[in-house]
Amino acid sequence: MRSRVEESGLVRFDQVSFNYGPNAPVLRDVTFHLPPGSFHFVLGASGAGKSSLLQLMYLWQKPTSGRISLFGRDVAQLTRADKALMRRRIGVVFQDFRLLDHLSARENVALPLRVAGRYTSGLDEHVRELLAWVGLGDYLDALPPTLSGGQQQRVAIARAVIARPSLLLADEPTGNVDDRIALRLLYLFEELNKMGTTVVIATHNENLIERLGHPTIRLTGGDSRHPAIAHPPVLPAADA
Amino acid sequence: MILARQRDVPLDKDASARFLPWLIAFMVYLATLALAAAIAVSNVAQAWDSGLAGKLTVQVPPSPPPSAGDSGRGQTARVDAVLDALRETPGVRSAEQLSQQEMARLLEPWLGAAAGSADLPLPALIAVEVVPARAPELASLQRRLDRAAAGTRVDDHQRTLGRLLEVARTLQLLAVLVVALVGAAAVVTVVFVTRTGLSIHRNVIELLHLIGAQDAYVARQFQRHALRLGLTGGLIGLALGAATLWALARWVGQEAGAVVPELTLSQPQWLSLLAVPLAATLVAMLTARITVLRTLARLS
Ligand SMILES: Nc1ncnc2c1ncn2[C@@H]1O[C@H](COP(=O)(O)OP(=O)(O)OP(=O)(O)O)[C@@H](O)[C@H]1O
Ligand SMILES: [Mg+2]
Repeated sequence: MRSRVEESGLVRFDQVSFNYGPNAPVLRDVTFHLPPGSFHFVLGASGAGKSSLLQLMYLWQKPTSGRISLFGRDVAQLTRADKALMRRRIGVVFQDFRLLDHLSARENVALPLRVAGRYTSGLDEHVRELLAWVGLGDYLDALPPTLSGGQQQRVAIARAVIARPSLLLADEPTGNVDDRIALRLLYLFEELNKMGTTVVIATHNENLIERLGHPTIRLTGGDSRHPAIAHPPVLPAADA
Repeated sequence: MILARQRDVPLDKDASARFLPWLIAFMVYLATLALAAAIAVSNVAQAWDSGLAGKLTVQVPPSPPPSAGDSGRGQTARVDAVLDALRETPGVRSAEQLSQQEMARLLEPWLGAAAGSADLPLPALIAVEVVPARAPELASLQRRLDRAAAGTRVDDHQRTLGRLLEVARTLQLLAVLVVALVGAAAVVTVVFVTRTGLSIHRNVIELLHLIGAQDAYVARQFQRHALRLGLTGGLIGLALGAATLWALARWVGQEAGAVVPELTLSQPQWLSLLAVPLAATLVAMLTARITVLRTLARLS
């Protein structure tokens, strides 16, 4: 028997439109669904609405119209407490990293575990391994302001994956690193994906997309006269 | 240990971390003094109350008023008549006339050496102890004693005592008012400081929410901050308050002992002053928690 999530998609957008204000439409009639365990890129020019789309997925914005469901649940029905619990299953690499400047790299990475009440000193070993894996083994106790942009980005990635999320959303996760490190980070995402995590990566790096060959959601338009629409409206839902 | 826990929201670098402890110290200081005053006053009132329970004072005037018929009888005979009448009254345990020396000692602070002179026309005072459960009815006792010696007055001290207790109660009310005002001011301050902290650290709090923190997790950060500041300030305030009280008690003991009744606190009462900083800390924590939860709940 197929679960509800498998039928309707882990992430499902139905006719979703979104604007920041009455005069700033960003997304129009976006419909797609992402099956569990899938790997997608979101592609679009700067300002096309990639970050906005991800913000809708990690429950930071609400759609102006249309319906979004995550893990089989309509997000409009979620209480604040429900949202917090759902966000623990979603790892996010923010475009601007959003590291806490007063905490060390290690403490930043451990934060999702602490917030979920899952942190024990035994997990410190995992935190260190993960930071070593992204090439920051020598920077465990460094504060973010003392790290380069690319190093901060890798701390942000480690934080996004430390709790083994079911859904990983990454906004330009390789924008600040050289190709060699970019490939290594993408390899990390692929490994997670193989273990079952659904991955969505927003980027305008077409090179990357070609190299990995995963399906792509393209956002075109995306200025105030032409709000972005998704191409193709990915995979009609199984029950539609 | 809670105080050493990692601070996800860096509140300890805010200006509030510097000024709030002193503000709380000042408030706890005021509340401690007010409370100590209330306790001391109620101690005094209680001492008077229990000291005077079951006691009456009977005054026999030195010479009868001119209208009375028994002129000619000497004071001694009149006093003896009153004493006899008293001792026959059921419920009276004892009745003793105060001696000349005792009278002199009582009056000396007001009259000086003249108090000892025998030719002052003083009333005779009789100290009466009654069995509290069977105390004679005051009005009928008064009538009987007046028959024994005209002009005799019975005083059960209730009027004086009542006025003293009234003063004590007013002072206690005042102390409660001071504590309430100080408490309200503390709550308002903590609400303001917490709201400021929420807005200063909005980005950090957003991030915590984004990675799955419940509002209660954020609230705990502020609670811990309030706990630290409240305890620090509270203990400073208590220390200053205790020092002030100690100095005051010494001064009362040395200089004013004769005039002011003892204003000292018992050991458990000293300990109860410890409750002031603890209560302040608790109020600060609860206020911070409720402020955070209410502010965040409005966000969604
Ligand atoms: N907070 C905001 N308030 C108002 N308008 C916004 C806000 N954030 C983004 N926008 C607008 O929404 C549109 C889409 O922005 P978004 O950040 O989603 O683009 P993007 O595809 O992520 O761009 P980039 O590749 O440069 O990161 C842009 O026109 C932008 O100006
Ligand atoms: Mg963006």
